[in-house]
Amino acid sequence: MDVAQAEAETAPEPSAMKVSDEVAIEIVKMNKWFGEFHVLKDIDLMVNKGERIVVCGPSGSGKSTLIRCINALEKFQKGSITVDGTPLTSDLKKIDEIRREVGMVFQHFNLFPHLTILENCTLAPIWVRKMPKKEANDVAMKYLERVKIPEQASKYPGQLSGGQQQRVAIARALCMNPNVMLFDEPTSALDPEMIKEVLDVMVDLAQSGMTMICVTHEMGFARQVANRVVFMDQGQIVESNAPEPFFTDPQHERTKLFLSQILAH
Amino acid sequence: MSGTHAHSTLYVAPEQLEAQPAPPSTTGFLGWLRENLFSSFSNALMTILSIGFLIWLIPGLFDWAVLKSVWNASSLTECREIIRAAHGEGASGACWAVINERFDQMIYGFYPEELRWRPNVAFILLFAAIVPVLFKTMRALFIGLGVLLVAKALFAVYSALTGQAFDILSPTTFVAIVLMALAHFFGGEEHKKRWLILTGFYPIIAYFLLWGGVFFEPVESRRFGGFLLTMVIGVTGIAASLPLGILLALGRQSNLPVLQSICILFIEFIRGVPLITLLFVASVLLNYFLPPGTNFDLILRVLIMVTLFASAYMAEVIRGGLAALPRGQYEAANSLGLTYWQGMRLIILPQALKISIPGIVNTFIGLFKDTTLVAIIALFDPVGLLNPIRADSDWNGIIWELYGFVAVMFFIFCWGMSQYSQFLETRLRASDRR
Repeated sequence: MDVAQAEAETAPEPSAMKVSDEVAIEIVKMNKWFGEFHVLKDIDLMVNKGERIVVCGPSGSGKSTLIRCINALEKFQKGSITVDGTPLTSDLKKIDEIRREVGMVFQHFNLFPHLTILENCTLAPIWVRKMPKKEANDVAMKYLERVKIPEQASKYPGQLSGGQQQRVAIARALCMNPNVMLFDEPTSALDPEMIKEVLDVMVDLAQSGMTMICVTHEMGFARQVANRVVFMDQGQIVESNAPEPFFTDPQHERTKLFLSQILAH
Repeated sequence: MSGTHAHSTLYVAPEQLEAQPAPPSTTGFLGWLRENLFSSFSNALMTILSIGFLIWLIPGLFDWAVLKSVWNASSLTECREIIRAAHGEGASGACWAVINERFDQMIYGFYPEELRWRPNVAFILLFAAIVPVLFKTMRALFIGLGVLLVAKALFAVYSALTGQAFDILSPTTFVAIVLMALAHFFGGEEHKKRWLILTGFYPIIAYFLLWGGVFFEPVESRRFGGFLLTMVIGVTGIAASLPLGILLALGRQSNLPVLQSICILFIEFIRGVPLITLLFVASVLLNYFLPPGTNFDLILRVLIMVTLFASAYMAEVIRGGLAALPRGQYEAANSLGLTYWQGMRLIILPQALKISIPGIVNTFIGLFKDTTLVAIIALFDPVGLLNPIRADSDWNGIIWELYGFVAVMFFIFCWGMSQYSQFLETRLRASDRR
């Protein structure tokens, strides 16, 4: 956390990153139940193109479930989600259409262990975008260079460190040229010294204008790149504000408690 | 307790220590013996008992099977006379003459003699069809056919010397030479797709070679027998049960309740019934359900039953592999926009099948040996052929040699499958370090 905070001083102001008026994701009165358990309650969230949203909150508050609903890894029962003008329904074609435009990075990387790093990155462009193999290789190498591991292209995921694997996972998602990137606790499974290398890549991505929704506990990252921080508790959005007022002047009691707990150490 | 750390005084290594040879008792042959055969009292005891058992078994077996065996005789009585004349009263030896005389029947059953080159060619083409599936290059085919041709040439020389007729210029030899040349010049990985085209057409080619039709004289199913029948049922069952098993396993995992129930019902029913019952249904009861006058080939019915039986087991083995994969693999495949079938083919099945290799090969071996059960419905597989041979007055009373021969033949095939599965596991492990 300290590392990212130190970096915040040198990085450009979040306001330097452009936010357009166009809507990327619109979530209206979305509700989800796991059986009888009400996990997400009346979620309203509007994300414009180029916005960087950080979602935080205690474990079990529904943050991961929320972003997993956006690319239909989880079904919701009430309300609506619209991604780039396409409403998310149970229609498989619509779901695949949305998934092509929404990249996702997981806590446990989920690289394909039987494929090389390069094959991990080219698989979806080749099979989903029908890109010629050579072009897909070029695109993949471009993004592997961007996440600073082009030299690992012919290795297998099991031969890489956790931080390297997570950077490959980011490159893999970018190869599909998505409009939106979802990050589900991307640094939670990493050793402390590897967190920085992954956050650096995410900061770089944010500065390039990518629309991002990140579930993370990295508050330094939130201060540095987010233009909005959303705090969730017990399946509900409790508070949503720009990072500066969010951290210095939280309004809700539960936000104050949460911030005092995670910023105490 | 008097180490440097105990007193926490400063310690600095004075020099770089030289590497020294390991104690002689832990390396080399003696070291290996000590490590593996005499590492403890119970291990040493097991070693001594095993050596004792081998000393007791091998000389007697060698004496019976090789030293006192008879290869040329026309009946068991003649065999015994030869042994008595050579080794004295009361000596016993193997009478391999029965295998020598009935060898062709054990291999082809009642397949017409002048047409037996057709199963031979089908067998050689089988290797050309499976090698590209099993290996990266065609080298195995080149070596295999090379060994076969050398053996054939030696046999031809032996036949010429002993004045027996042996036709080396058969279609089998011709096909073997052509395939060997192809495997040599076009055996690289870059030509694999072309070989796989042969694999795709192989079932059709083999069907016409074995049963005839169009260019070839037809041969009826009831003339099939011996290891030819074992190969037909075993290879078809193995080739068909794997894809069917995969579909059943995926169906059982499906979100569609109807499809899921059908798959569960099928798997549980087939696994709950003995294969023999299914074979009886195939051979006898099916006639009652089919419209009168329909004649539906007995071997085809057996093929269907054996395939269905093995596919139910295969489905459960593969389901185990699917269950062993982390959910994240499915989610990653989905989140990249891959369709269900793309995700299965490119991400899930390659990993799940790899995990399932030991179980899959286990099912294959089981299926291959279960082909002997067709003897019960009057098909003459190698085991089914033994009864008529033993009922022949010339060979009445012979047991060990016949069953031993069949056992050795089955062992060669099953051991081959087992060795391949271990080779494949090693090869896949090399490219997948987690």
